[in-house]
Amino acid sequence: MTASMPGAAGWETVVGLEVHCELSTATKLFCACPNAFGAEPNTNVCPVCLGLPGSLPVLNARAVELALRIGAALGSRVEPSIFHRKNYFYPDMPKDYQISQYDEPINVGGHVELADGSLIGIVRAHIEEDTGKTTHVGGGGRIHDADYSLVDYNRAGVPLVEIVSAPDIRSGEQARSYVSELRAILVATGASDGRMEEGSLRVDANISVRPAGAVEYGTRCEVKNLNSLRSLARAVDYESARQIAVIEAGGKIVQETRHWNEEEGRTSSLRSKEEAFDYRYFAEPDLVPLAPTPAEVAAVAAGLGPLPAARRHRLGDLVALVGGAAPVDQLATVVGLGLDDLVAAAIGHGADPRLALARAANEAANRPEEARDLDPAAFAELVKLEAAGELSATQSKAVLAAMLEGGGEPAQIAARLGFEALGDAELEAAIDAAIAAHPAEWARYRAGDAKVAQFLLGEVMRATRGRANGRAVAASLEARRT
Amino acid sequence: MNQAGAPFPGAIATARKVRSGETTAREICEAALARIATFEGAIHAFNTVTGELALVTADRIDAAVAAGQDPGPLAGVPIALKDNLCTRGVPTTAGSRILAGWIPPYDATVVRAVAAAGAVIVGKTNLDEFAMGSSTENSAFGPTHNPWDLDRVPGGSSGGSAAAVAAGFVPLALGSDTGGSVRQPASLCGVVGVKPTYGLVSRYGLIAFASSLDQVGPFAATVADAAALLDVVAGHDPADSTSLNVGSEPLAERLDEGVAGLRVGVISDFLADASPSCAAAVRRAAEVLGAAGAAVEEVAIPSLMLGLSAYYLVAPAEASSNLARYDGVRYGLRVDAPDVAGMNSRSRAAGFGPEVKRRIMLGTYVLSAGYYDAYYGQAQRVRTLVARGFAEAYRRFDVLIGPTSPTVAFPIGARTQDPLAMYLSDLFTIPTNLAGHPAVSVPFSLSEGLPVGVQVLAPSLGEGPMFRAAAVIERGADPGARGPVEPRLAEVGR
Repeated sequence: MTASMPGAAGWETVVGLEVHCELSTATKLFCACPNAFGAEPNTNVCPVCLGLPGSLPVLNARAVELALRIGAALGSRVEPSIFHRKNYFYPDMPKDYQISQYDEPINVGGHVELADGSLIGIVRAHIEEDTGKTTHVGGGGRIHDADYSLVDYNRAGVPLVEIVSAPDIRSGEQARSYVSELRAILVATGASDGRMEEGSLRVDANISVRPAGAVEYGTRCEVKNLNSLRSLARAVDYESARQIAVIEAGGKIVQETRHWNEEEGRTSSLRSKEEAFDYRYFAEPDLVPLAPTPAEVAAVAAGLGPLPAARRHRLGDLVALVGGAAPVDQLATVVGLGLDDLVAAAIGHGADPRLALARAANEAANRPEEARDLDPAAFAELVKLEAAGELSATQSKAVLAAMLEGGGEPAQIAARLGFEALGDAELEAAIDAAIAAHPAEWARYRAGDAKVAQFLLGEVMRATRGRANGRAVAASLEARRT
Repeated sequence: MNQAGAPFPGAIATARKVRSGETTAREICEAALARIATFEGAIHAFNTVTGELALVTADRIDAAVAAGQDPGPLAGVPIALKDNLCTRGVPTTAGSRILAGWIPPYDATVVRAVAAAGAVIVGKTNLDEFAMGSSTENSAFGPTHNPWDLDRVPGGSSGGSAAAVAAGFVPLALGSDTGGSVRQPASLCGVVGVKPTYGLVSRYGLIAFASSLDQVGPFAATVADAAALLDVVAGHDPADSTSLNVGSEPLAERLDEGVAGLRVGVISDFLADASPSCAAAVRRAAEVLGAAGAAVEEVAIPSLMLGLSAYYLVAPAEASSNLARYDGVRYGLRVDAPDVAGMNSRSRAAGFGPEVKRRIMLGTYVLSAGYYDAYYGQAQRVRTLVARGFAEAYRRFDVLIGPTSPTVAFPIGARTQDPLAMYLSDLFTIPTNLAGHPAVSVPFSLSEGLPVGVQVLAPSLGEGPMFRAAAVIERGADPGARGPVEPRLAEVGR
């Protein structure tokens, strides 16, 4: 593969994503079995989710409510809907059909606003059941060469909402930020925990290319096995480049399903359009139509808290009020992890907005669950200590880590860690020593080479094992220059 | 007084005697098991007889009575269950080799209901495989014989349940009716068979054939006993999303109110296509109703005759999906192969009989891309037409009557080589399933020594007037037209 540039000159990449989101209900979609990740195989099962003869599905009302929340968050219209059977044989599907929604889904239309302000259209967001999980043993883990296969039905019947985007995405990077935004929305609505690594969020990408400016779409390929945001972005860029190369070499794109191989960094053909299943959809006779009343829809929408885009705007405005424009990526991270309330509250307690945002986005973000439980006043206090120079950046991060670990007051933690600020005399002595040890650098600094300041600062930090306040060192160096 | 050919009185009388201590559930149960032991070899009504379990249950009922507790309205009444109703711990085959040996870990809702009412389950009855058939000849475990004439079929698919009641094995049985599978065998065996309103009785635990048509229904020797059993199994079940949540008063209480003023339509289209004796029975039943004060009139409902062809698209389509789960992976028959797909198809090839395969292929075809609209979509439109035809008729009539089956019981083997002839057995019963309505077959007359049933049809939840009309027809029926009968073993050398 030589054409490795995403969106090579003269071409436009067109991507639509299908995102499967596991709903965080207590029980499965059609039975009372626990919806839980990580249990012993085949322990969360019953006649219904095992598809035993004679069993019947009963729709989980909570799953419907969460689907409506997702719809409300995406700005979808709620339509009277029905369930269909999608028929195909697969060992991890107990009934050998999947109960899904087909041409009459519950949520129709809508959009997602990305962190950079761009809008991606939503075609639909419908309810369906998950399948079990097959593990192929031997033969490299693929079904065709396996010695035998094991099936775990704990996941069978777990409620999913499949969110289908319009083909509005134009790059791997945009695909990544769309899914990242969608995940933040799903977490914010309480519909999902958004964990891609546990399979709570699964993404398939429909990718095509067309000459820049063309109106017609090119032939698309569906790429599966995208297990992380990084895989998604890489796969979109790879597949787009592959298609461009094929067309530029005089070939044609064949509609097919392709498999992303993360190690090799490439896609390979899984099955062609001719091999595609005929799912023989028909209306599920074991369930009744699902038609939420306008009052139910309104109640769900009213119960929805502010969504990530609104929360980014709110926090961004708050930071900008005092501290100037907030970095977009930090806002997205903080809101995505639900730490915006912490930052806003800390600002309310008088913390420096930019610094509070940075500490939340960079350090607290490593432990989001603990961070959400932080006492905002204590967090504000930490930021104030750092801003006032009583803690260096390094020390502040260490104190924050300790707070995330076990809570507590930042001043006390700092004292326990031996982080009393350096006395003025000690600080000046350390700077004297650094200058004496590096006369050439000092000369360059005095001659006006500002870049050397960082080196000298680093030396002081090293000598004081991070206890020096960086700003105080910089100020002292500046004072000594003249 | 015992009914002819039965070792016990009817269900209601049996329960009364058990509850009052006049007799014991054990005594009744032993009598039933003894009669089964005598005749079952010739009839083959059962796939499984649960004799020991039944005696344990009977003793528990007796202990409850002795302790002054009420064991329920069906106390000590032996009952047989069609072998497509899941019974915890008791093999449930649906008449198929693919489920041979499968033991459900749970009870169907109706099974729990009859047990809670004090009934004593004595066994699981034979059926056409997955309830697909009209003669019980499609069972993987051999045909059931009609107690009236052992060389004839009992009808189907609930032929085992119908034969069990007709042979005097049990006063009550449950079957399932997707296109006539309770009413047609009831007619051929001279017993009462009811297809309730869709959703009145829970389907949870009924092994699905065609989900939008399936309904569990009672068999009994009398209308009153059938009503008593329906009262026990009817009711909302949260485990079945299609279960109706309507309070209904017990049917048994108002059975004898008569038909004075009831508007009865005689479906003329059905008469034209029935054998002379079956049509004659309907005309005489109409006279009986008229004499009892009903306003009787013939009515043509041509759209009902479209039902059969629509049914043979809708039912196989749903069946093709419902039966996909029998793939050898989780339960039932598995025939190994080098890969999963091969294992699936070998298991299904070995496990399903020819009629089931025919319907799976038909159903798969009509749901396929490119054919869906022409077949399945069209069938659903016809289904709407059938419902509309009924709806118009029910603006003028409270109930309708017609023949249940076009003919009396036919000889074993007579229609097995001609599926279409077999399908026509359900011509008069299918429209009711398509519309989701109730209907009942009542034994009325004999033709050449074989029973002829008359069908009473009603709109959704019209069981009340339907049963009252059925009770009047029953009182006017020919003597000797209904079971139980004494199977004539010696005559045929069995």
